[in-house]
Amino acid sequence: MNKLAKSLLLAGASLPVFAHAEGAVPEKFRWLTFLVFGAIIALTMFVTYLASKKVKSASDFYTAGGGISGLQNGWAIAGDYLSAASFLGIAGLISLYGYDGFMYSVGFLVAYIVVLLVIAEPCRNIGKYTLADILAYRNDPKKTRIFGALSVITVSTFYLTAQMVGGGVLVKTLVGIDYEVSVIVVGMLMLGYVLFGGMVATTYVQIIKAILLVTASIILVMLVWAPYGFSVPGFLSAVIGDVKVQAQVAKVLGDSADNMTAAQLGQRFLEPGLYLKDPLDQISLGMALVFGTAGLPHILMRFFTVPTAQAARTSVIWAMGIIGGFYVLTIFLGMGAATQVGAGEIAFVDKGGNMAAPLLAQYLGGGADSMLGNFMLAVVAAVAFATIVAVVAGLVLASASAMAHDLYVGVIRRNSTVTPEEQIKAARIATLFVGAISIIIGIAAKGQNVAHLVGLAFCVAASANLPCILLTLYWKKANTGGVMAGMVIGTLSAIALVLISPNMTYPKLKLADAHKVLEGDQKRVKELQEKLAAATSPEDQAKLQKKIADASIGAPAKLEAAKTALATMTDPVEKAKQAKKIAGLEKSIKAANDDLKKFEGQTTSMVGLEEPLIKMKNPGLISIPLGFLAVILGSLFYRDEKAEAMWDEVYVRQNTGIGASKAHQH
Amino acid sequence: MTTAYNWAAIQADPRFQALHAKKSRFLWTLLIISIVYYVLLPIGAAYFQDIFKIQVWGPLNVGLTFALSEFIVAWGIAIIYSRRANNEFDVLAREIVEQAHTMGSR
Repeated sequence: MNKLAKSLLLAGASLPVFAHAEGAVPEKFRWLTFLVFGAIIALTMFVTYLASKKVKSASDFYTAGGGISGLQNGWAIAGDYLSAASFLGIAGLISLYGYDGFMYSVGFLVAYIVVLLVIAEPCRNIGKYTLADILAYRNDPKKTRIFGALSVITVSTFYLTAQMVGGGVLVKTLVGIDYEVSVIVVGMLMLGYVLFGGMVATTYVQIIKAILLVTASIILVMLVWAPYGFSVPGFLSAVIGDVKVQAQVAKVLGDSADNMTAAQLGQRFLEPGLYLKDPLDQISLGMALVFGTAGLPHILMRFFTVPTAQAARTSVIWAMGIIGGFYVLTIFLGMGAATQVGAGEIAFVDKGGNMAAPLLAQYLGGGADSMLGNFMLAVVAAVAFATIVAVVAGLVLASASAMAHDLYVGVIRRNSTVTPEEQIKAARIATLFVGAISIIIGIAAKGQNVAHLVGLAFCVAASANLPCILLTLYWKKANTGGVMAGMVIGTLSAIALVLISPNMTYPKLKLADAHKVLEGDQKRVKELQEKLAAATSPEDQAKLQKKIADASIGAPAKLEAAKTALATMTDPVEKAKQAKKIAGLEKSIKAANDDLKKFEGQTTSMVGLEEPLIKMKNPGLISIPLGFLAVILGSLFYRDEKAEAMWDEVYVRQNTGIGASKAHQH
Repeated sequence: MTTAYNWAAIQADPRFQALHAKKSRFLWTLLIISIVYYVLLPIGAAYFQDIFKIQVWGPLNVGLTFALSEFIVAWGIAIIYSRRANNEFDVLAREIVEQAHTMGSR
């Protein structure tokens, strides 16, 4: 997740350069984009208007009155889960790195097995509106609500910030709307859905968005795959035989690609190791994904919207079908983009590859100058936009319910004499508050590296929320002390480990990198010279000499050389190629100079480190066991007779659903 | 909300115990199988690249096949679980719910 989010947000650090306009959509077709955006916004607004009439009680606001069907909820879960990072990010990673990109897709689906087997049904049977309801059931309600709510707000804020910043950058890259404007538009739209339509509108927005996303992807995949007669080996053969794919693999592998044939390079695209290099980090990331999903508050909350445990089960099955089906399609989206558009072009528009799917759509429709191409690009852009708004709406609802239902009604007012009118008012005020904060944070974090935040959200959910919920539901001895210890230690260890990890910005390393770009890499030159001394065949020697020449000079010198070469070129194709090379060099020089300015005089990261203390980017492997240990030890050291006395009731209820709050009739 | 249940008696009832025993064994077995099967993917990709590189169907190799099989296994587990839950656990639970009032009142 960390790497994924990082690539999604890399665009924030290095503003994309476009040949003609500021966005991927050319100026003269901009109206098309606004037309498609407008249509989707109008549709969701209409749904919100209809939903607003149905929202009369707190139960309607938080959980749509528990009246959502399993099928509807399955689509809504898919809508909540398939964020822009998974739609654009994974397709992008596959287009640049092949197999490794696809490994993310697998983790995102497998996570739902945990949700299905041990989370969805018990939560439906025990809970009412929020995650803390489950914890408060047999524990000290006041204490567990405070700790549960704080954790929910922490996770949602991390996730929300990443979505807001990522969304702002994305819309800017796609359509060229100003960053601030798109953050405000996303925030206002989301507030509109949640404030007026509560969970009813949010659910329908999720469903609409999921259907649009899946439909758009299927159409693109059909167009990509049809020329090969829908044959898997046929398609893959075309991928590995593609010159652009082979060139990309050679670029990623660097020196080790020297002795590989074109066929080997192509096949390498379907093998692991081009992107994910540290095995422990991979396993750690997988664990955070698989356990974190089951602890994400906006996903958990979806199980309170269905009437029964059976419906909760049905909804996870549907969600797994939709989410899994979508992630299988990412192979074709990513690899299709790699062959049709080419990694060079994709990375040129956005380093992290996020524009792979939109550029593929543009290409399939006829290219950058065609009406259909830009219409298809506009559709993909609008779907990405709807995705961000919908995910943000779910997150805001989750943290607003923690504030209003857990903290205000549950702790401050202690459930006494809170009228239904007051409850729904509290919910709306909390929504407004969270929404306003998310817009402010979104704007304040402009250009910041928030890459680690999505990973951190998953990690806190996996290390704090999941151990507390799981043990409260399945371990007799779990109690208030365990929940408090688990929430605090799980959250803090995840955050602390990220703060000392390579996710943070280390000015010294950044400055060194910038100097390498501008002045050439002397260390590499030395290494290559040693190799040259050992090399025997004249062929190898020539190759190494070429590499030494390349490494010894900086980008500005290369730029000069490239410009001189351009002046003597006559072939228009060659000229265009050279112009692109020049633009790329100019871009990297600008980025390096910006870094030099930004980090000048700084030597340490936010927490005072010159370089990361741990190698792992994702701390799940350490913090998840710590979270479980904290709940176990906390429970054993804390005496809470009520928690044990109520075990029978909790256990019988979660297994049978006796007395679970029923959906009320509209 | 009804409060007339004797929770300890329901929990101790052989029917509930039977449901609980069947369900927990089944659930945790499925969970462990699926997590182990999943973790094999990053482990294989990191430590057994030679196996992952073997081509089985044109350019399609073991690694990609294994990754795709994760989808099949995940869906398979979802179907196996929902069948068993719909046909067996729900029936047992409904029986307990219907007779819950009588349990413990003797």
